Amino acid sequence: MEQVAIADEVYEHHEPKSFVTRYIWSQDHKVIAVQYGLTAIAVGLVALVLSGMMRLQLGFPHSFSFISPSAYYQFVTMHGMIMVIYLLTALLLGGFGNYLIPLMIGARDMVFPYLNMLSYWVYLLSVVVLMASFFVPGGSTGAGWTLYPPQAILPGTPGTDWGIILMLVSLGIFIVAFTMGGLNYVTTVLQARTRGMTLMRMPLTVWGIFVATILGLLAFPALFVSALMMLLDHTLGTSFFMPALLSQGEILDHEGGSPILFQHLFWFFGHPEVYIVALPAFGIVSDLISVHARKNIFGYRMMVWALLAIGVLSFVVWAHHMYVSGMHPYFGFFFAATTLLIAVPTAIKVYNWVLTLWRGDIHLTVPMLFAIGFIFTFVNGGLTGLFLGNVVVDLPLSDTYFVVGHFHMVMGVSPILVLFGAIYHWFPKITGRMLDETLGKWHFWLTFLGTYAIYLPMHYLGILGIPRRYYANLSTDFIPASAQDMNVGITIAALFVAVVQILFLVNLVRSLRRGKKADPNPWRATSLEWQTPETPPAHGNWGPQLPVVYRWAYDYSVPGASRDFIPQNEPDGDGAESREAQP
Amino acid sequence: MNIIVLFMVSVMAIFVWWMILQRVTAKPWLEQGVAIDPREATATGYSSYVAGKLALWVFMVVITSLFLLFVTAYHMRMHLGDWHPLPDPGALWFNTALLAAASIALQVARRGIKQRRASLVRAGYLGGGILALAFLAAQLWVWQQLGEAGYRVAGNPANSFFYLLTGLHGAHLLGGLLVWSVGAVRLLGGAPLGSLRLNVESCSVYWHYLLLLWLGLFALLLHT
Repeated sequence: MEQVAIADEVYEHHEPKSFVTRYIWSQDHKVIAVQYGLTAIAVGLVALVLSGMMRLQLGFPHSFSFISPSAYYQFVTMHGMIMVIYLLTALLLGGFGNYLIPLMIGARDMVFPYLNMLSYWVYLLSVVVLMASFFVPGGSTGAGWTLYPPQAILPGTPGTDWGIILMLVSLGIFIVAFTMGGLNYVTTVLQARTRGMTLMRMPLTVWGIFVATILGLLAFPALFVSALMMLLDHTLGTSFFMPALLSQGEILDHEGGSPILFQHLFWFFGHPEVYIVALPAFGIVSDLISVHARKNIFGYRMMVWALLAIGVLSFVVWAHHMYVSGMHPYFGFFFAATTLLIAVPTAIKVYNWVLTLWRGDIHLTVPMLFAIGFIFTFVNGGLTGLFLGNVVVDLPLSDTYFVVGHFHMVMGVSPILVLFGAIYHWFPKITGRMLDETLGKWHFWLTFLGTYAIYLPMHYLGILGIPRRYYANLSTDFIPASAQDMNVGITIAALFVAVVQILFLVNLVRSLRRGKKADPNPWRATSLEWQTPETPPAHGNWGPQLPVVYRWAYDYSVPGASRDFIPQNEPDGDGAESREAQP
Repeated sequence: MNIIVLFMVSVMAIFVWWMILQRVTAKPWLEQGVAIDPREATATGYSSYVAGKLALWVFMVVITSLFLLFVTAYHMRMHLGDWHPLPDPGALWFNTALLAAASIALQVARRGIKQRRASLVRAGYLGGGILALAFLAAQLWVWQQLGEAGYRVAGNPANSFFYLLTGLHGAHLLGGLLVWSVGAVRLLGGAPLGSLRLNVESCSVYWHYLLLLWLGLFALLLHT
């Protein structure tokens, strides 16, 4: 067996020379991570603008001639799909996964750098295909982000000519890109850890990304299957999902297909997808809290086990998205039970974050503010999840603004707060410059409070019974006029929060050139990415010698140590009292 | 959905069990130093051979998940009333034999690597690829025959699933042939046997896997 220390080979031989190999066709995980990140943020801004236009329509119906009902549905669909898949999944796994995995486990790069590069370019292709659907005849699809058949491919829904085809193709391409990336992340975590880096010494960020990647590898095929079969139904006239039906006075060729089958397949992907987004966020937030509270993470083992438990459970809860589609009552009981069960490991994580903060030396830096903001928002969103997980409560609330409020809190705002925190935290390592603290604090407070002004009122609208997905709620008897006032308020808050993000963009661009020069380890953190010989890390990350790991990633405020943190690659612990001696 | 849930839960169970073997019960805050696990003590860098094999196995789990989801959909769609099974084309038995022969040929190549016999590697490796190509051609021929006999893709869900499953299986074999062609070029270019080891072994494992997958799909098609 050729036991090649290939990592060292890479360091010697593959240093890129030209601009093109260094920044464009790069195989360096750090460059690929930034490429993923910038693409995801760019496409996310498109989705943000779309949501602003949706809110304009809802707040001021019939005031904007360019927002036709068709356009409104196209905005809704593209906003949802872009945010969930092309922004969150890509930024958390493609962006942060790529950047942090090799640095945190002490590797020189991903195990398959070429595949990694390919993964980014295929992802970019999927984004281009998706964006192209705005410009084809008929425009992008307006089927709603869940793309339920039969309406998704029937005339009458916007974008059934080309939009839906491009959407399905783009999803397929994205899944190919994700699979290439995912194989890399899993193999790298399992194979390329440096000496002394046992699995249980990995920072929780890596754990979160690792488990989420496994979920993604198993769950994305379900989306692939449903997208492919719907594509065939649409293009070749098969009847996987399409029942016999009459459309605009004509009998269609389809017969016998089952729309419910699509829903099963879609949500078999869709629910794990929530955790594909949430688990990396959980991991990152654990590290942010521990570093900025100068305290070891409370219950590290429990945190790892909870990640695993959530991963397993996430595959047996999908039908809670389908209560109103109808099912055997026992199934409803089963899925309600598993859904509520998932609250147990999730609550363990929340308790452990709070207990890590308890009596910690809390530094209210910008990343810490975002991390604490996440805990609030996630608890809020999680509690309304308990409502919706119960069949009897879900039935009246389903398809109302309560659901919109719930899932935006729990899987929209929460992971995005973590992403902001993570960008403020790791920006100094990525660029060698600090982000501006004052601008960052303004950005946090305005975003955090602003999102509450958007999503908390939506719960009230939902309890009033206002349906989601409607173009306009006018002249409906049971909706009081005051609900429209609330809608105006929500719209103003949403536009405000969207505009506030300019602060963030300005901060990014300005700090890149004129930010304070960053210390190699500005947050005095223990994990390996802060111990690189250069900042930003050079190609190959570690200079001639790989780091050796002697301890876990959470040695903060160790009694007796001369500093309040001991890096993972520090052998003797700097005078820390020997803890093995304790009972 | 039972099938796929069972699969997912067993994959996750295996994963968790494996995690337990990896000492997820360790208490990292009590342990300092490097060699807390004797297996870890000698590890420097990693082997691209092991990494490649691991990635292949993970990839095969992903493909299994993909096909089991199709089988689940097949199963659910089958019971909806308008299902008229295809006649079982006898030619598929011949195609199965072709694929099995391809698999055997690659096993021969693998043995050749182990025994350092270049002629065995060459015959087995090239033979395995060509037999796989023949399998694909034969599958296309079956498609054509069925099409001429009036079994259109959109005619009946049974037909749709037949074309879909055989097509996807073929697409995965085509992907394998892409990797195979890289190895074949290097083999014909006279690359040393040792450098081909990962490629030959991966191809043989993948071919066996696709044979197994095909046997499963074939059994499903015969059975229903």
